[in-house]
Amino acid sequence: MSVPVLDLRGVAYAYPGGHQALFGVDLHVHRGERVALLGPNGAGKTTLVLHLNGILTPGAGTVTVSGLPVTDDALLEIRRRVGIVFQDPDDQLFMPTVRDDVAFGPANLGLRGAELDARVTEALHLVGVGDLADRPPHHLSFGQRRRVAIATVLAMRPEVLVLDEPSSNLDPASRRELAGILRSLDVTVLMVTHDLPYAVELCERSVVLSEGTVVADGATREVLADAHLMARHRLELPVGFSI
Amino acid sequence: MAPHTKLVGLLAFVLLVVSVPRGATVALLALLALAVGVLVATRVPARHVLPRLAVEVPFAVFALLLPFVAVGPRVALGPFTVSQPGLEAAGALLLKGTCGVVAAVAFAVTTRPRDLVRALQHLKVPDPLVAIASFMVRYVDVVGDQVRRMRVARASRGFRATSVRAWPTLAAGTGALFIRSYERGERVHLAMVSRGWSGRMPVTAPLRAGAREWALALSPALAAAVVSVAVRAL
Repeated sequence: MSVPVLDLRGVAYAYPGGHQALFGVDLHVHRGERVALLGPNGAGKTTLVLHLNGILTPGAGTVTVSGLPVTDDALLEIRRRVGIVFQDPDDQLFMPTVRDDVAFGPANLGLRGAELDARVTEALHLVGVGDLADRPPHHLSFGQRRRVAIATVLAMRPEVLVLDEPSSNLDPASRRELAGILRSLDVTVLMVTHDLPYAVELCERSVVLSEGTVVADGATREVLADAHLMARHRLELPVGFSI
Repeated sequence: MAPHTKLVGLLAFVLLVVSVPRGATVALLALLALAVGVLVATRVPARHVLPRLAVEVPFAVFALLLPFVAVGPRVALGPFTVSQPGLEAAGALLLKGTCGVVAAVAFAVTTRPRDLVRALQHLKVPDPLVAIASFMVRYVDVVGDQVRRMRVARASRGFRATSVRAWPTLAAGTGALFIRSYERGERVHLAMVSRGWSGRMPVTAPLRAGAREWALALSPALAAAVVSVAVRAL
């Protein structure tokens, strides 16, 4: 089998305050997969995500990205390979204009001039907002900001796109459009979400994290059809929705 | 025009206007006319320009008080007797202040906030200051929205700021706003680090300016220099 894009082995982590968030997590994501990471609030999903690009360092276990271990020496390359899109686009978009923001990542990788401009244009077109480059983020709709936030990460040509609650706060039309965009991207995706229908729609595989351990890992439909598992880990499909 | 040339031109002009001796009313009037000329040349409609000129009001009030409170020989001015040096100082203060404000407004109405940040970065202003200015440009509206939402939330529960008793509530709101902004700062930092930020803001769109642009931008400052030197020489 090929080298997994994301390879976590026995990752455990306790916050400095003593709260243990992860208890030996094993997770492998292969190239081209779209995987949903599900779990109730407080399951450790965000903590896990912050391990993927070396913001947090595991107390035990290892994280490897396409064969490169996450260590302090390799952080810049790791952060190029793993693109995290945070939940609130107002946190993700911190520069005065969309163009500056999308250029921020590739510029940190050393790109300049025409090459940098081309990257920015390419990333904005991938998410269908090529015309917004010179707008300040504050003047965009929430759906547009979410897309630009994804572009800021795509501009770094990541090997895996990690999305934290990509459908939150979106109106149904924007949510559907975003699904189309995510499906059109030629990139591995790990998607943290509470939106189970979205997981069914986009991800063939789901991993359930609960109380810091992986309690299920399999085909999304099978995982969500396991009523006992779902109930035990506070996962619920919306009323009226059936698999 | 490239924003950094305008910024240097503005700063030089203001400093040189300040250097003109205060008795030289005619010279200062000429420089004020020049500043107004520049402002008019921007062709920005008056309804955009005039409200911005209001920044000067507190200085103007102070200047108008000066002749009454300053000491020294008195002169008659209409029904009042006022201090002669105070009157001179007030006149110079008003003229110089107005010159500065008019020139600054001409700069402000023709420069986008983003370009001001780029100019500061280009002029090698220390990185943390540039980053702070940049974040202010980006987040002033976000925080403003938050303030509005908090006000609506308070009002929706029957709160009205009518007396001193409302102050603790307002103070608590301000504190909450501070904490939220601080937490946002932490999240923004996380997002920056995740995209490879290592302590320096990258220059993504470098600025360039030719000799002609510099000459144009510095011409008001040059005029002010000539006036300042001439007044002293004569």
